[in-house]
Amino acid sequence: MSNSSKGFIETDNTQQPTGSRAPLVLNMHKFGEVTHQVCRIAENRPPMAWYIAFVICLGMMGFLGFCVTYLIFTGVGVWGLNNPVMWAYDITNFVFWVGIGHAGTLISAILFLFRQKWRTGINRFAEAMTIFAVVCAGLFPGIHVGRVWLAYWLFPIPNSMEMWPQFRSPLLWDVFAVSTYFTVSLVFWYVGMIPDLATLRDRAKGRFQQFAYGLASIGWRGSMRHWHRYEVAYLLLAALATPLVLSVHSVVSFDFAVSQVPGWHTTIFPPYFVAGAIFSGFAMVVSLAVPARQLFGLKDLITMRHLDNMNKIILLTGCMVGYAYSMEFFIAWYSGAMYEKFAFVNRAFGQYWWAYWIMVSCNVITPQLFWFKAVRTSIPLMFILSIFVNVGMWFERFVIIVTSLANDFLPSSWDQFVPTWVDIGTMVGAFGLFGTLFLLFCRYLPMIAIAEVKAVMPEANPHVGHAGHAGSDHDDHGIPSGAVPALREPRSSEDSL
Amino acid sequence: MTTFSPQTQTSSPSPSPKSSLLPLYGMMAEFETPAQIMEAAKKVNAAGYRFWDCHVPFPVHGLDKAMGIKRTILPLLVFGAGMTGTIVGFCLQAFTNAASFSIWALVWVTGYPFLISGKPLMSVPAWIPIIFELTILLSALSAVGLMFLMNGLPRLSHPLLSNIRFRRATDDRFFIVIESRDPKFLRSKTEAFMKTLGAKHIEVVEDR
Repeated sequence: MSNSSKGFIETDNTQQPTGSRAPLVLNMHKFGEVTHQVCRIAENRPPMAWYIAFVICLGMMGFLGFCVTYLIFTGVGVWGLNNPVMWAYDITNFVFWVGIGHAGTLISAILFLFRQKWRTGINRFAEAMTIFAVVCAGLFPGIHVGRVWLAYWLFPIPNSMEMWPQFRSPLLWDVFAVSTYFTVSLVFWYVGMIPDLATLRDRAKGRFQQFAYGLASIGWRGSMRHWHRYEVAYLLLAALATPLVLSVHSVVSFDFAVSQVPGWHTTIFPPYFVAGAIFSGFAMVVSLAVPARQLFGLKDLITMRHLDNMNKIILLTGCMVGYAYSMEFFIAWYSGAMYEKFAFVNRAFGQYWWAYWIMVSCNVITPQLFWFKAVRTSIPLMFILSIFVNVGMWFERFVIIVTSLANDFLPSSWDQFVPTWVDIGTMVGAFGLFGTLFLLFCRYLPMIAIAEVKAVMPEANPHVGHAGHAGSDHDDHGIPSGAVPALREPRSSEDSL
Repeated sequence: MTTFSPQTQTSSPSPSPKSSLLPLYGMMAEFETPAQIMEAAKKVNAAGYRFWDCHVPFPVHGLDKAMGIKRTILPLLVFGAGMTGTIVGFCLQAFTNAASFSIWALVWVTGYPFLISGKPLMSVPAWIPIIFELTILLSALSAVGLMFLMNGLPRLSHPLLSNIRFRRATDDRFFIVIESRDPKFLRSKTEAFMKTLGAKHIEVVEDR
């Protein structure tokens, strides 16, 4: 078994010597080792930290249940909403969580289309993160409608009232976009997981585990004829999920951009929201990956190279978000519209100035530290910076939503939004819901795409070695663990993408 | 490498006398590396077998071609499903927001000409997002649904899944299975043929 996964020494595989591929799996040369590394998490009792985290998350989720019940039985007045500020924490949390989800789809779909093989180490739990984030996101519009029991009016269900939704409204587009996004993400995640569930089934000792994993893996037996159609279907899903993920946050941004409110009515919103979503999502992936790889000993599969790549994406999207912030200001001035100009000056220097500057510091200034490789490859620093980004991106949505509404056209109707304990409890509780689902996923499901990781190992290339070359010979390469094995396998012409 | 491998062992279903009464599902050969199964698959394909398969823990690049698998028509079917989604999305919105006649959709329902701010009833640009989402939804669901259907999944049991040795097919071993229903299958001849493939192990699979 690997040595580095137990120690604290990080192997630096961020360098890629000319003419070869940097290894994506460290210290493992046999397929069975990868299987064991991942499956043992689901097969053995989790570490103590898992139980502690689970109890905390469960408690937070319980409080969410209490807040939501209280809201439904009393009414949306228990939130701090007032006449101009009719959307606040609810929609902030909705946009925040939908945005978090986007990184999972980006990793699973867009990086797949670009043949970025490093995605295989992180795609499974990033996809899980997407689904749980969308669950949290879906909660907020569901409960903010007031009469929750009439929420089904959002869907065009044939009814004897002869009543239909208004399809010209971006709010309805949102219903379709988010529900499609959830369905497609769930299907994508599950389809990707079937071969790994079959692995768990075939290793399962207990009768119940055999039955449960057997049912979930729907009789998968690795047939190449199945794999052939499976790979085509997976490619199609990736190709469908890519425009979908771009459309979802664009549609979310239409909720604002299509309205007349100064500060919302801007054409930059769709790309700006999508960049922000990917930015926050990658930060969340780093925030989850850093403790998870430590806790479950997955440093050989989620290597420093994976983290370094993600930090580069955070840096890139952070710059895009910074560009959008400044371009908003420029257009507000350049448009010559006084309400627009006021909205932006008010954002930075008005009653919510502190929220604006938290947003700018966390989203634009601190991610610039990722220009330095020492920061990109430092576990504590990247963890802190990723938390900063999560905070900053929550404030970005808060700033956009609340500052624009609080001070609109008529000064006589201006007001200030102050959150109540129910607002804050629901927000914190949503993190509990997310954490609970994520911890259950880590415990019972394959956290890493085992089959996909095997397929990117140099050993998986059928053109390396010759027929009759026994698998046991692979042990004789004599690469000491911890050494850079990058030079071990020459880049083959077929895999040069 | 075509020579007979000396390590190759064959275990017939003799260990338990009861099992020999069971009908035969096929013969299974076990390999240790992708390169080995690739070579072997080419030979099985060349030998003219039709009901045979490779079982591998991950899709081995190029193995489908070596096996002579024709490219699936799945993308075409998915395209059809996607177009259905497009049409459904358009008709749904045109009917519910611009029509005034009744149709039967589980109950008799009537469209409602939704007039807002004097905008045209057929506001096609405003319908694009939902048309798009329904196109994606139907394509994605049909891609997965049809893939399952064409693969004969889900299924609750399979003769191969009862084989203890086969469990490593989802871990680190590569298997070639020739089914007994193949017209060319003859237990003695197929076993002799499989021994020429350089497998680590050859075994009879019962149909249980």
